[in-house]
Amino acid sequence: MKLIEFKQVSKTYKNGVTALADVSVSIDKGEFVFVIGLTASGKSTFIKMLYREEKPTKGTVIVGGLNVGKIRNRKVYKLRRRIGIVFQDFKLLPKLTVYENVAFALECVGLKEKEIRPKVMEALEHVGLKNKVRSFPGELSGGEQQRVCIARAIVNDPKILICDEPTGNLDPKTSKEIMDVIENINKNLGTTIIMATHDQDIVNRMKKRVLLIKQGILAGDYAKGSYKAG
Amino acid sequence: MKLLRIIRRSIRDGFKSIVRNFGLSFASIMCTTITLILVALSIICAVNVEHATKSIESELSIIVYLKSDLTEEDINNIETDIRSRSAVESLTTKTKDEWKLELEESDEELKTVLDYLGDNPLMNTFVVYVNDVTELKDTAEYIKSITGVETVKYGESMVETVITIFDILEKVVVVIVIALILVTAFLISNTIKLTIFSRRSEIEIMRLVGASNGAIKLPFVVEGFIIGIIGSIIPICITIYGYVILHSRLHGHLFTNVLTLVKPFNFVFYVSIVLLIIGALVGMLGSLKAVRKYLKI
Repeated sequence: MKLIEFKQVSKTYKNGVTALADVSVSIDKGEFVFVIGLTASGKSTFIKMLYREEKPTKGTVIVGGLNVGKIRNRKVYKLRRRIGIVFQDFKLLPKLTVYENVAFALECVGLKEKEIRPKVMEALEHVGLKNKVRSFPGELSGGEQQRVCIARAIVNDPKILICDEPTGNLDPKTSKEIMDVIENINKNLGTTIIMATHDQDIVNRMKKRVLLIKQGILAGDYAKGSYKAG
Repeated sequence: MKLLRIIRRSIRDGFKSIVRNFGLSFASIMCTTITLILVALSIICAVNVEHATKSIESELSIIVYLKSDLTEEDINNIETDIRSRSAVESLTTKTKDEWKLELEESDEELKTVLDYLGDNPLMNTFVVYVNDVTELKDTAEYIKSITGVETVKYGESMVETVITIFDILEKVVVVIVIALILVTAFLISNTIKLTIFSRRSEIEIMRLVGASNGAIKLPFVVEGFIIGIIGSIIPICITIYGYVILHSRLHGHLFTNVLTLVKPFNFVFYVSIVLLIIGALVGMLGSLKAVRKYLKI
């Protein structure tokens, strides 16, 4: 079952830069996919289209049954509730506690307090942060903050988890721990994972599907790829 | 139910974020307070000017002196003639005997003089009130032209000047009040915009985790509402206490007995309600306008 589909997608920015040219790819349910490429290769644009931070100028992007290019600004939340996003810079609300940050994603959907609590605790358990519920993000290490971000991304039970360089700001040891968390989510919850990364070690070790983007073109799609493949 | 929960959470979050962003909230509250004090002062001035004008105007009347050789019927004809003018609000008759009685009561010496004269030398009169001061002169001129009217007396030209000045003053003050309210709206919404600017990442995150635009706006609107209400507390206290004290110190009038001040009770409450409404509305609209900008991203 295809969860994500790019059909001849091109993106040209207003300043004339072409970030993606004629990219076609599809990703099935439950897959774990790395998206690799140099800075300015179009990798970020590819990822941003998945959560409609960017719209394609040509072609169609379908995510979880929704046509991303056709979603109006006011309706973007419908897409965002079906996916979870993990950011390089965590994007936590500094004035909210760990619990509140994770609960936040459920509150804005309008769930009952009774339903929210067990879901938040479950998500925090998945990332191993159950003992830091009352801390504020500023009191946590980078790795712990990223775990909170992951917990917030999965608390909605999304089918797709989009990770935009989740280990970009972390040291190798912490990166490995984060990757273990993400891999477990893929294995245990069956969540489809799309992850953009620069980290060669991670890609080489995990032996997952790799999409290589080079100068806006999908240059390679390897079933059990490594960074060297590009 | 979903909607109710979102509303309840927005109220909670609005309060929470005021406490957690206290510095910024305080700046907005102070800005609201200061501008609302100015608004309160100008409203009080405007209402008092209006009140003074009205009270002076209502005391202005035309006194019509009738010739002494008129029959009852002539007097009645003149009365109906005056009453038929559209500008005439009311007309009362004061006969020469009533005048005599009033004069005699007011002064013992006058009584002896009047008694000495024997026949009542005074004239029968009408006291005419007009519904609009600007009609005073024309009405008086008209009445003067009626046969049987000896002479007509009405507010001297000085009173007219005073009234024109007050009329202009009233308009000026109203313009100032409106301008001040607009300035308040602008200032408050700008301050809130500044505070929200510092929280644009918060709005971005809300959007990224799937909050609908309405759910994002609501806590900010609640916050603006609360800031507006808190900001109007000090101006309201100043209005109530300040005006009551001012009124009693001045014994209810300014400079002369003619310029009476509006009675403090109920008036100060009306002003307070107006301040509260201005504060709350401007706070809410200011927040809404400021958040909208960041929802377009």
